[in-house]
Amino acid sequence: MSGTFITRNPGVLIFLALLALFTIAITILSEGFGLGLVSTSFVKTLGKTLCLCLVAIAMDLVWGYCGILSLGHFAFFGLGGYAIGMWLMYERTRMIVVESLANAPLPPTPREIVDGIGTQIFGVVGSAEFPPIWAFAHSLPLQLLAVILVPGILAGVFGWLAFRSRVTGVYLSILTQAMTLALSLYLFQNDSGLRGNNGLSGLQNLPGLAAVPQSTVSLWFFWGSALALGAGYALAAWVVSGKLGSVIRGIRDDEARVRFLGYPVETFKLFIFTLTAVIAAIAGALYYPQAGIINPAEIAPIASIYLAVWVAIGGRGRLYGAVIGAAFVSLLSTWFTGGQAPDVNLGFYAINWVDWWLVLLGVSFVLVTLFAPKGIGGLIDMIAHVRSPDRKGAPLGPDVGSLREKEARE
Amino acid sequence: MKFIALLIAVLFGSAPPAPAQTRDIQMLLQTHADAIVASSRRTIGPAIDALAASGLASAREVLNRWQDRELWVREADSLFVYVREEETGLVMLDIVSGVEIATVGRRDLRQLKPNGGIRALIGAALVQFQLSDPDIKVRRAGLRAIERRPEESHLAALRNSLEGETDPDLGIRKRRLERLLTISYGSSAERIAAIHSFDGALSVDVRAALNPILATRTVFGPPPEGANVARRLEPGSGDLGTADAHALMVAADVAAPIPGPEARKQALIDNIVDGAVAGVPVARLDTDAARDAAYLQLAASGVVPTYDPERSMADVVADEMFFAVYIEPDPAVTDAAQSTLKSIETGVKLNRTFDLALDGLSLASIYFLAAIGLAITFGVMGVINMAHGEFIMMGAYTGYLVQQVVPDYTLSLLIALPLAFAVAAAAGVAMERLVIRHLYHRPLETLLATFGISIALQQLAKTIFGTQARPLTSPGWLDGAWVLNDIVSISHIRIAIFAIALMFLAVFLFIMKRTRLGLEVRAVTQNPKMAASMGIDPDRINMLTFGLGSGIAGIAGVAIGLYAKVTSEMGADYIVQSFMTVVVGGVGNIWGTLIGATGIGFLQKGIEFLNPSNTLAAQTYMIVFIIVFIQFRPRGIIALRGRAAGD
Repeated sequence: MSGTFITRNPGVLIFLALLALFTIAITILSEGFGLGLVSTSFVKTLGKTLCLCLVAIAMDLVWGYCGILSLGHFAFFGLGGYAIGMWLMYERTRMIVVESLANAPLPPTPREIVDGIGTQIFGVVGSAEFPPIWAFAHSLPLQLLAVILVPGILAGVFGWLAFRSRVTGVYLSILTQAMTLALSLYLFQNDSGLRGNNGLSGLQNLPGLAAVPQSTVSLWFFWGSALALGAGYALAAWVVSGKLGSVIRGIRDDEARVRFLGYPVETFKLFIFTLTAVIAAIAGALYYPQAGIINPAEIAPIASIYLAVWVAIGGRGRLYGAVIGAAFVSLLSTWFTGGQAPDVNLGFYAINWVDWWLVLLGVSFVLVTLFAPKGIGGLIDMIAHVRSPDRKGAPLGPDVGSLREKEARE
Repeated sequence: MKFIALLIAVLFGSAPPAPAQTRDIQMLLQTHADAIVASSRRTIGPAIDALAASGLASAREVLNRWQDRELWVREADSLFVYVREEETGLVMLDIVSGVEIATVGRRDLRQLKPNGGIRALIGAALVQFQLSDPDIKVRRAGLRAIERRPEESHLAALRNSLEGETDPDLGIRKRRLERLLTISYGSSAERIAAIHSFDGALSVDVRAALNPILATRTVFGPPPEGANVARRLEPGSGDLGTADAHALMVAADVAAPIPGPEARKQALIDNIVDGAVAGVPVARLDTDAARDAAYLQLAASGVVPTYDPERSMADVVADEMFFAVYIEPDPAVTDAAQSTLKSIETGVKLNRTFDLALDGLSLASIYFLAAIGLAITFGVMGVINMAHGEFIMMGAYTGYLVQQVVPDYTLSLLIALPLAFAVAAAAGVAMERLVIRHLYHRPLETLLATFGISIALQQLAKTIFGTQARPLTSPGWLDGAWVLNDIVSISHIRIAIFAIALMFLAVFLFIMKRTRLGLEVRAVTQNPKMAASMGIDPDRINMLTFGLGSGIAGIAGVAIGLYAKVTSEMGADYIVQSFMTVVVGGVGNIWGTLIGATGIGFLQKGIEFLNPSNTLAAQTYMIVFIIVFIQFRPRGIIALRGRAAGD
């Protein structure tokens, strides 16, 4: 079966091959492995970019293929980051506490260790008690399970409520945005149990691997991210091919018609929504150990909109478009906001890109929406000579997509 | 003449002939010279009283100076003088006229240094002068000083000044303050009468005066004879912590102190001998059970105080008697205070609710202001405009800029309001013409394109105006608050915002129902093609509608800017709430927006009231509530029916 899938979708193979080539090239050039031409921080940036590509694929799946403009997928991304961050922080703090208590006159009791960890982690929010949501933080497998389950269940419940009451279109977008806002506001509180706006920090240090240099750790995460991206791409490609893919695209184009054909539209939408939430969470769980810190600002509604921007610029409705868009825009954004881009001197005013980058992004985004709805992916269509039918003349009927004058004549 | 007087004074070293009054106050001081020089709090009373009651014009000045340690006495003959320090010595000045009397050495004079107790007595005497001063401003200031820091000595002074008070308003305030002071310092019967006179009063100072009467202390065992018992306390309940109860028992020598975990741990550490405690190797003391066992071993050998691990503090204090005893010994007074406080509490609750309702109303009007423009663009035209918040911001910055040019705040506000409308409306029309027009059939892409405009505008504002908040100062007549009593008050700006919100509602209704434009807008909204065939230009109407909605957002920006600070992110703060307001209320209906804003405003204030420490949590719960609400009424509170509802 998988053979036929690959033969029907040669694009997946091409993508995986390119990804593998890229990974190998960066590995050889990196500091931790070979030539040292690529700095560790840039390897981290690339690794993070791969995670962003993965969440962009999730976004493309739910928006480009299923037509649900979710403005909440970065919340799932952040939840995944929080879930893994809790274990990373707990375990690393535990090691520090055990080490510092080792010199005490009496060996520490288990309770003393837990109290010590609590004081270390929650000192900044004026508490020392472990909130109930940290109950599983001591166990890596349970927290890994939480990476999948917490966003999955949240997306499942939210999606079930929303789709069941037939909230669609822009209403759904606003509702998902409200969910994101509620979540980030909740996490901003100090008594949310996740350290308020301090967030979780020190995540780049893997517990027990203090001896391994960051250059090596960064490579591990880079490989992990590449692997996840490859798997995610293949999974998404499998979902959108075949009959399932046809139904999903049908829902995007005309939901009512698919429903009248007898398909349980809500179930399909819920499946896609939850699946993409889980993919986003996995991407987040790989992203934040490379970023080193996560705080509620990462979950703010604006982040999810940026995600939509990436997918739109890359070209939605095609998986490689999402990857290209996320990689292109996020790397460009790093370049511009990092102060590396040269200032443009207009004589009377010097454009400093740190200030003007967002203006440029906003304007180019409007232009892309207006003039190039296919995004960067449209360029590839041009190269491959794929064109939309050129429908000339005025529409004959009142509805969108009705026959036009010339089509009627032929 | 002065010179001669000085000469005589120097030559003879005695007091010069002085005016009659000087002699009087000097004589008065001389009469009490011993007491004044002795400076003892117990004996000074008559001296101060005599000065205060003398009716002499200079008595007040003398008391003042005395209090400030500026009164000196000549050792030789107890002549009281003021002093100016000079290099040659101390120049004595007459206490009435200020005339130089003589220059003497430091040894000849003695500075009077009244201690804190005496200074307080002098202060009380001075208060009486202030309260009876012919100048009403001085009397007001004196009263205010007492209100701020009432003392026992003030009561008599206040009572003395009641008679002569000519100003009726001040008289009422004085009498009220007199009753307040009586609560704390009067005789028993007076106090009870004074307490009852405040039944149902809402002021904070009444509660501040009553609460100390009900202060209690905790006693262990049966209460002492004649004690004013408040109630029995259950140890371990909210009133009395277990540890506190146990500490009381320990203090009464009834219970032995229980060494806490830290103390036990320290005892173990102190008794480590050759890497073992009581024969147990230190390495094995890594559980609580092992540590307890080792400690008991130590206790058995008498090294450390023993304790029973089976019997916790809670066991020790259970079934023991603890009482809360009023510090105030008179039960009649505490009863009176309790009943009055109870009556006050009911009033306070009612007023709190009313105050909360006012808060909710003002928050609702802010939401309504922020959302009304959106109700037009989103509700009527169905266009999602994510840059709506930035139009609000634009209006606020317009107001700020106008204030930079026109310094008069009232005038600048009058200019800013129409200008903000014009600026935001122009931006809205430009956006509609350039972008939205091309995306009417692609709502999701409208959302994204307007979002692109939103981030560009936001960044542009940040680049131009910087990241720090810019003030939009309200005119003087909008400062201050409308204060009903100590609990209920609402600032004038909020009232103004409420008024502006109502005005907008009226304007909107007028435009939509009574003008040609409104008619055409409604026609285009319901069926653009049919409207077009009737000779209405849908393009033009869409443009105008969008301009109207955006312009109103601009005016809302000025209003919101007055109440909050103007930043480049202020629009983004309101955008989600605004959409929520429109969606909850029901799209396409201004009354729905009104109901939505009211509901959300009141709901948020209500949640904040239940959890006052946390406005973030209130917003979270509110959004969750809205999400759930939309499950049940996806089309909002007022849902359009029929064809206008669309799909």
